[in-house]
Formats: sequence, structure tokens, C-alpha cells
Amino acid sequence: MRTQTASARSRNGHNANGNPFAGDATKAQEPAPDAGRNPIERLLSAFAGAIRTRVPVADLDERDPDYIRESLPGLWLLASLWFRGEVRGLGNIPEDGAVLLVGNHSGGNATPDTLVFTLAFSTYFGVERRFYQLAHSLVLSMPGLGFLRKYGTVAASPQNAERALSSGAALLVYPGGDHEVHRPTWEGNTVNFDGRRGFVRLALEHNIPIVPVVAIGGQETALFLTRGEGLSRRLMLDRLFRLKVLPISIAAPWGLNIGDMFGHIPLPAKITVEVLPAIDLREQFGPEPDVDEVYEHVIATMQETLDALAAERRLPILG
Amino acid sequence: MRVQAEIDVAAPPELVWDFVTDPTRYLHFMNGVTRWEVASEQERGCGARYRMLMRVGSADVGGLVEIVEHEEPRDLAWTSVTGIDQRGRWRLRERAGGVRTRVELRLQYSVAGAGVAGWLAEQIAAPTVRENLRRSLRELKRQVEHEQARAGAAARRAAAQR
Repeated sequence: MRTQTASARSRNGHNANGNPFAGDATKAQEPAPDAGRNPIERLLSAFAGAIRTRVPVADLDERDPDYIRESLPGLWLLASLWFRGEVRGLGNIPEDGAVLLVGNHSGGNATPDTLVFTLAFSTYFGVERRFYQLAHSLVLSMPGLGFLRKYGTVAASPQNAERALSSGAALLVYPGGDHEVHRPTWEGNTVNFDGRRGFVRLALEHNIPIVPVVAIGGQETALFLTRGEGLSRRLMLDRLFRLKVLPISIAAPWGLNIGDMFGHIPLPAKITVEVLPAIDLREQFGPEPDVDEVYEHVIATMQETLDALAAERRLPILG
Repeated sequence: MRVQAEIDVAAPPELVWDFVTDPTRYLHFMNGVTRWEVASEQERGCGARYRMLMRVGSADVGGLVEIVEHEEPRDLAWTSVTGIDQRGRWRLRERAGGVRTRVELRLQYSVAGAGVAGWLAEQIAAPTVRENLRRSLRELKRQVEHEQARAGAAARRAAAQR
């Protein structure tokens, strides 16, 4: 599940959606790297536009507590047996009210940190507490991933973030999104938000605390080689689907995995998640906090924790 | 899934009852329990509600429970309001003319509607839950008997001073 913040979305400003098979479709047609408005590009634009119009408007009411509750045992089995998940510091999340949970994101398109955290949050606070996650619209349009809407996953857009927070919900965002989730495995223990500061503005606008959620282990679930940003640009995926990456990894069961469009079977790496104390922005940075300063502070705090978690880890995968 | 554990405590049921009805003590003797907070105005007795969690595998599992039986000093039972479906019961029965107590702790839990995954999760969690109950009873016994010895010593001291 790739997710990103509202800021990264605002470029297009709508709930864009895309065809999950677009990677293959565009690849087959191989447009020239510097193609202008040639017929192929026009065709692709029309195609992307047609898909966008098919996106259902995000509806917070699609979240289904009964569904979540009944699926928790399955998540628990997966998290406990496969990922040996461990979540610490849930008590740092305010008991009620709107809160912005900001996480680092790992594991390609099959993100175990989200699974482990969603399970922990839902059992700790109960499925009755409203909890939403922002995700890349492509994720939500993948065939077979429609169930994510029932968990409260909505397409990342400023409007959806606004709606979720106004309803007093806890909102989980992964500012690094597709950029971070496909980072090479050897950068696994680095927090990388790609400079996306939208989450800070979101927290300031709503005057709510930021709670950093730091996870480790996700980048060991496959051998991630490259984000393939150049490839994505040449295939125009960035302009058509706001997909700035076309990642290449070695992952089960595919072997060489280009695009990760169909996900993969993650290796059973141990996933540890640590929730840090809430950061009250106005209390800590004054009445008019500087966005850059807050951003740097959040990154530094999370990196510090990630370093500590990495130091605790003796072996990759085994943990 | 139903799990249970029992133990003999060298103290009268009334003393054990004081422990199991006191919500502030649960975190001290219940193994694996990460939360046991009063969630109603009423702190004890029928209708009192507690927010409880037990660490099992990757998650803290539990929810809001309500006391539905409070028969001093014999039976204390609760049932879940939110969270996983559960029923719990303390059964205290006097032994040896009231100087010892047979303590039984039962827990039934499930997630209705969770299908095969639910069934499997119940089975896999059972050994952890059972071990938690056993250790909790051992710890309860230790604390109650310590309290019994302390109270006995205090009574003897008071008698000697007189």
C-alpha cells in the first residue's frame, strides 16, 4: 500500500485514479523519452483521463467497523506469525480526538508496517475509534484492493484529509509515499519524506498534534534495487498517473519484479513499530511555527528512533 | 475458545475477593495484561466497566468489559461490551473450613464472524492465554499469602502489646 500526503497530491488537485496495468500498457507502446503532444501521448492522456472520471468520490462512511473487527484475527495471524510484529508506545497516541499519525513507509507495494500498525491500533483503541489512512489513488483502484476502503483507506487529497480530521478521526499518513516505499534495501534504515511538507501544514491548519510512527523491517521483505524514476519519466507514468517511480526489485514469487504492480509475497522480516510522544506544534514551536523547522524536527526525531531500532536489530529479516 | 486455570491459596476467600474485585490490583498480578482501567463511575460491583487489554502475539487484545455477576465472596463474572467477545469468571470456593481458598479463573473468547481465520487465531492464542492465566494465579497466590502473613503478624504484634 503506497501512501502519501495531501501535499503531494495537490499538484493535480483531484482524486486521480489510474489503471493498475498502465505500466504494462505504456511500456508496450514505448513513447520516445521527449515526446511532445504526439498521437500516442494524446491517446494515453485520454486513457488516463477516462480512468480518472471513474474514481468514486472518497466516502468516509465506507469504513466498516464490523468488517475490520471480523478481519482482525486474520491480520493478527499474519502479523504475529509471519512478521512477528511488535508495536510499542501506543499509549503515546491521545485517547480521543483528531490526531495526525505520521509514519515512515517501507516494503514496496506490500507494506507490512501498515498491516502491523493497523492491527495494533484497532485492537488497542477498538474498531469504534474512527481511523483513516491516506493512500495513493492507484492503490485504491487496484483490483482486489477494494477492501482497503472498508479499513478507512481514502485517496490522498487535501479534501479527504480535511474531511477525516474534521470528523475527529485519527489520520495516518506516509509523507514519503511511493518515493520512500521503493527505496533501495540498503537505505532501509533512513527516513525519506522526499521533502514533502504537506503533513506539517495539515497539522497546523487543524491545530492537532503530530504523532510520529517509526517502523523498521519492511525494506527487508524483498531486495529492493532501484526506484526507477528515470524509467517512469521516460514512460510518462509521472505525468499520466502521478507515478514517479517504476521500481525494480527481486521479490517472491516473481524473481525480477518490475513495477511491483501486482505486489509480491513479502519475506517474513520482523517488523517493529515504535510510536513516539505526540508533538504539539504550537506549544513546542510558538504560535506561528515555521513549516521547515517542524519538518526537520519530525524527520530528525524519527531518524533518531529508527537508528535506535536498527541498532537493536542483530540480523536482517530475523530481527 | 475456553481456557482456565486454578490454584489453592492459603488464605480465606474474603481476602482473595478483596484482590480480584480491586481494579487497581490487576496490573500488578495479571500476567500479560497491559491495561485494566475503570471506565464507569462505579468502580466495583455489577455494572462496573473496565477497559482491559492483554498482550497476545502482535497485539494488545481485549476491550471494554462489564461486571455481570458479583456474588461476594464467591463469584465475579464479566462479559465484553466492545472488542473481542469474551466472558471471564473468578470462582472462589472455601477449603479446609475457610482458611484456604480454591481459586478458578476462566476465560472464554472468540471473534464472532471471523470464520476460519478466527478459529485458527483462537487456537494459536490459547497456549499464550492459558500460560498468562496460570502465571496470574501464581502471582495472585503470592500476593494474597503475603498479605495474609503480614496481617497475621500485625495481629500477633497487637495481641502481644496488650
